[in-house]
Amino acid sequence: MGETKNGTAMEATLGAGNGASLLLRGVKKAFADVKAVDGLDLEVARGECFGLLGPNGAGKTTTIEICEGLTAPDDGTVEVLGLNWRTGAGELRQRIGIQLQETQFPDKLTVEETLRMFRSFFKRGISVDESIATAQLEEKRKGRVGTLSGGQKQRLAMACALVGDPELLFLDEPTTGLDPQARRHLWDLVDELKQAGRTIILTTHYMDEAERLCDRVAIMDHGKVIALGTPKELIALVGGENIVEFAVVESHGSQVSESRPGAPPSHGSLVPKGEGAGAPASTVAHPVVDAAPLLAIPGVQSHRVDAGLHQLSVSELHSVVPRIFAALTSQGLRMSEFRTHSATLEDVFVSLTGRNLRDE
Amino acid sequence: MSKLETSSLYQLTMVRFRLFLREPEAIFWIFIFPILLAVGLGIAFRNRPADVLPVGATTAELTHALAAEKGLSVKTLDEGVGMHELATGKIVLLAVEENDVGAVYKYDDTNPDARTARLLADRAIQTSEGRHQAVFTVDEPVHETGARYIDFVVPGLLGMNLMGSAMWGLGFSIVEGRQKKLLKRLVASPMPKWQYLAAFLLSRLAMLLIEVAVFLTFTWLVFGVPFRGSLAELGLLCLMTSLAFSALGLLVASRARTTEAVSGLMNLVMLPMWILSGIFFSASRFPAVIQPLVQALPLTAAIDAMRGNMLQGLNLGQQMPQVAVLLAWFVVPFAISLRIFRWK
Repeated sequence: MGETKNGTAMEATLGAGNGASLLLRGVKKAFADVKAVDGLDLEVARGECFGLLGPNGAGKTTTIEICEGLTAPDDGTVEVLGLNWRTGAGELRQRIGIQLQETQFPDKLTVEETLRMFRSFFKRGISVDESIATAQLEEKRKGRVGTLSGGQKQRLAMACALVGDPELLFLDEPTTGLDPQARRHLWDLVDELKQAGRTIILTTHYMDEAERLCDRVAIMDHGKVIALGTPKELIALVGGENIVEFAVVESHGSQVSESRPGAPPSHGSLVPKGEGAGAPASTVAHPVVDAAPLLAIPGVQSHRVDAGLHQLSVSELHSVVPRIFAALTSQGLRMSEFRTHSATLEDVFVSLTGRNLRDE
Repeated sequence: MSKLETSSLYQLTMVRFRLFLREPEAIFWIFIFPILLAVGLGIAFRNRPADVLPVGATTAELTHALAAEKGLSVKTLDEGVGMHELATGKIVLLAVEENDVGAVYKYDDTNPDARTARLLADRAIQTSEGRHQAVFTVDEPVHETGARYIDFVVPGLLGMNLMGSAMWGLGFSIVEGRQKKLLKRLVASPMPKWQYLAAFLLSRLAMLLIEVAVFLTFTWLVFGVPFRGSLAELGLLCLMTSLAFSALGLLVASRARTTEAVSGLMNLVMLPMWILSGIFFSASRFPAVIQPLVQALPLTAAIDAMRGNMLQGLNLGQQMPQVAVLLAWFVVPFAISLRIFRWK
């Protein structure tokens, strides 16, 4: 516990194994023809909250189940708390806590009975009362599992993972399928566990969740880590901490060319494809935007356009925005839409893969 | 908290109890259904005072002679009507006067009632014509318990019930746990795997005590079913039966992924035994060629041994073949399931 979390300290422990809670080297796993995990290296320091982020099918669950000793890798080494699953399984099971995707606890047991059963498997741990209090299930203590809401069931799963007072906690998509309020409730719970200094490894396909909870995030796609770092570092990969999105219409002339997302795509090209001579004017065309003056503005890092919606990644928003307006006006264009948001891991994923996280 | 309450084996066993007791359907099938079945069969096959058999006669003289017999109720019919009533089962015998022979009995000689009526009618007619008893005889009715149908069927129902409760109790619960990913969650915890299975067996044994005691006490009090052998040995036989079917339930559940699949498999395993193992009628009625198969079924062995114990007072030493069959059905499926069991 209490290891420093910065990158250089972790580099120093590379390969030593004693400082890291989790160490994966060259891990591979295939199911039939599908390479679920394709050569994965990961290291998680003690006390860190580490997120595996990626779309469905990226290999997150296979990775976490390999770490949990539930799936044997085809190749590579896995070290958990300095032990491996072949020789140290008995001790490891006592020292880690696990929450799996889609476990259904028996409907006809009460919350307390379920926790009492799980507590009995561990040599040491917190009391059943304590776990109920941590998961804020006091009012449901005598209630049957079948009567719990989705969020309460998920908190029960967390409580079951916590009764052994684990050094290392694995959470596989802890908030998938929960409503926003229940998600926030669960985030608060994870926050508390972080404060208590536990090492947490979680998977998620919600980038806001990863940003909110994780000290470091590995973005996975097709069984590989495509980016690794703190959320800040990853967002910096986009090149600016803000994203400006706008759509334009020509300020003189007709409104035919009004462009908005959802209009026929311009295939990412700045210049609309020319139609044959005499083509009907009903074809919606996006006005031509010359990107060069925009990219010339200091603080604009990149420009891309998708379905008529232009995206600029930008730093120093306050000075850049007026110049964008000026640049467009000088081209005879008027904005039909304009918004900005702070760059998110979603933007990172899009810039790395060209796809949205939710596309899968 | 006491030492016992923090033991994982105790907790797992208690969980099995709670889940069972909170399932009203299971309680009905295991405790109530066999009793209802015994009551139904006991009533349907009760030993009644000998029936009065309906017969017909073609002349008043014959009718008069037959009316002297208490076992017959007689009416006078002409032959055409009489033959029709015989064909439709309204009478079982028609006595027709024939001048040259005396009387002709028309009846179905494959029907036991008709054969009885033939004997009674002949005796009545011969007596009315002046025949005397050659030897002095007296009837002394004896209603022996142990020879009734209810006595025969109770061990059969007991065996059937032990089979059903053990197979469903293990098979269904395990596959349900697998389907709901609870098994996976349990093996992700430090739970000793053997305790998961042991908890099933322990809870089964406790349930067995209640189930057997309730059923047998009921049949003893209500029907006076005899217990001629050692009760301890009968208990041991029930235990062996339950273990054999628990092992079979475990085997059936060791790979199935869905509760639908395991339900089908269990019915497939149990169906031949419902028919062949002598629950409702003796298994010896099946042809000699298939007897080796019939005798090797665990339910046949169980029911044979329990009938031997209860009705004939046999001890275990006289039932070694059945005991061996039951033990084999415990050891072999159990060993196979431990090898092929799928936790995920």
